[in-house]
Amino acid sequence: MQGGKLEFDDIQHILLTRAPAITGRYEFLSFRNAAGGRAWLSAILEKVHSAAAVRASVGKDKRWVSVAFTWNGLRALGVDDTSLATFPEEFKQGMVARAEILGDSGANHPKNWVDNTASPDLHAIVILFAKDPTERGRCQSEHKKLIAHCEGVEVLSSLDLEAVPPLAYPHDHFGYRDRLSELAIEGSGDEPRPGFGGSVKAGEFILGYPDEEGSIPPLPRPEVLSRNGSYMAYRRLQEHVGAFRDFLRQHGETPEQQELVAAKLMGRWRSGAPLVLAPHKDDPELGADMQRTNNFNYKEMDPHGYAVPLGAHIRRMNPRDTAANMNRRRMIRRGAPYGPHLPEGTPEDGKERGIAAFVICASLVRQFEFAQNVWINDKNFHELGNERDPIIGNQDGTLEYKIPMRPIRKKITGLPAFTTLRGGAYFFLPGLKALRYLASLGTPR
Amino acid sequence: MAIPKGGFFADKVEQGRYGPIFPKTPACYGFTIIAKIKPGSEETVRSYGKKIEETIAGLPEALEVLQLHYLRWVLFDINKETYFMYQGIFDTDFDKYTEDAVALFSKYGINTVFENLEGFPEDWKTNAPAFVKFVREHQCPSFLEYGEYPYVSAREIKKALKLKAAFSDALDQMQ
Repeated sequence: MQGGKLEFDDIQHILLTRAPAITGRYEFLSFRNAAGGRAWLSAILEKVHSAAAVRASVGKDKRWVSVAFTWNGLRALGVDDTSLATFPEEFKQGMVARAEILGDSGANHPKNWVDNTASPDLHAIVILFAKDPTERGRCQSEHKKLIAHCEGVEVLSSLDLEAVPPLAYPHDHFGYRDRLSELAIEGSGDEPRPGFGGSVKAGEFILGYPDEEGSIPPLPRPEVLSRNGSYMAYRRLQEHVGAFRDFLRQHGETPEQQELVAAKLMGRWRSGAPLVLAPHKDDPELGADMQRTNNFNYKEMDPHGYAVPLGAHIRRMNPRDTAANMNRRRMIRRGAPYGPHLPEGTPEDGKERGIAAFVICASLVRQFEFAQNVWINDKNFHELGNERDPIIGNQDGTLEYKIPMRPIRKKITGLPAFTTLRGGAYFFLPGLKALRYLASLGTPR
Repeated sequence: MAIPKGGFFADKVEQGRYGPIFPKTPACYGFTIIAKIKPGSEETVRSYGKKIEETIAGLPEALEVLQLHYLRWVLFDINKETYFMYQGIFDTDFDKYTEDAVALFSKYGINTVFENLEGFPEDWKTNAPAFVKFVREHQCPSFLEYGEYPYVSAREIKKALKLKAAFSDALDQMQ
């Protein structure tokens, strides 16, 4: 059974669908003994939706569950050394060991993480998305009961997720519209939107299918464990809303100028409207129109960055026609904001808020790590010399940000960090059959 | 810049995705791969010189994504065995755009020149780590590198030449 149609009934829903949730919770688990871990998995896997199940019942459901494991977690469940050795090197090493490559130094260094995800004892994550806080509370207490019955299963940390008001459209704490980069996977039934250059082969995200190179790359063994699985990089990114708003005020006298500064950092107005298509004035209708908001390029439409600065977040994360092999660098993004909303005009309260996101791809080293290492944190991206991604790059106050303008460019020196990494990990997101396989390890067959 | 034996400055080795990165020198990032070719494949290897020349003639920007300054391919004999030397000077370290280079070689059909090298991984197109391992194992780090225009990128040079041409044009039009 190689390649072929996507097995929607085996692929975890988070890979292919986006649940209509406004709240959620992540719990990070450790298995002190294998049998306890497998008992937990046997019980929880009944709650894990496949992509097919979510598509069939999304209107009725109130909660959506996903589970994924670190390499240490697979070992803790009883996966043998022969099989463990077939996983890719970067996944075996884990996010902590890859910190330098990812640019996670200084304040972002794993030693400063707050959620125990840097611990080698991190084995699993259970992701809950819920329709409302009541449902989340119910699931949380159910899960607590389950864990109490499973010997040696320990919660290392947890994180509650909350959509940021106003709930009319998804956005982060800085106010930027989110979920604009939804790509379409070939064979998923999703139509590619204008500006994406068509759909992307399933093998770029799901193991066991041909990728953009045209063949099925070697899979971890046994196949039952890897097929329909994927890799997931978790990033808990604190957003310093107070510092961000201070920065806008410092660099823009009027509210309009401040909006433009925010737009120049991102490459889009906070409404989502791209600067290439709306260079001088915000156009919220354009921002919300998924048929139009991505339909632009850089080489012909903005080669010098007069609309979207060369180092802007969206230009780094998706250089479009100015990079080679874009379809080998695509990633699926999931996740949600966490922490309390800081209303406009309210001073910084020192509370942690941000985005707890997942990057899902078939090869962490080729997709996620490339984006971190080359696009986000390479100081010389596009010959910029002394810049990193202004939103999620590792900023220590010594770098700059150049905004091409006529007649002369604006150069901001000493760009502050608007985000800080507070946790992270590499997970393997198995298919449903693989979850059952893991749960049955150690039992005679 | 004099480079220590082994190719790295021990106190400042930067880690890339596929291992430690050789340092940037005034001549930017260079690498020199020396590998034995399979017996009897000398003419085949040599024919790729022509092939690349034709590719570039038809599509001058074919290799642009590699951010390359120079490429020098040399064949030489030691004890009746033929060796291939691939020397390239790049603007970025080898680690950053490895996968793009692999894709590019396949795209223009120059992939098989490497397949004539002994020990080259057969599954290199789908197995970037194996490709990287071969390259690293056959890399001979230099111990001296010099650049008359230190640390300047190929793109900057091209930009400067374009500017010079535009300026010259403007002057001509004022005559």
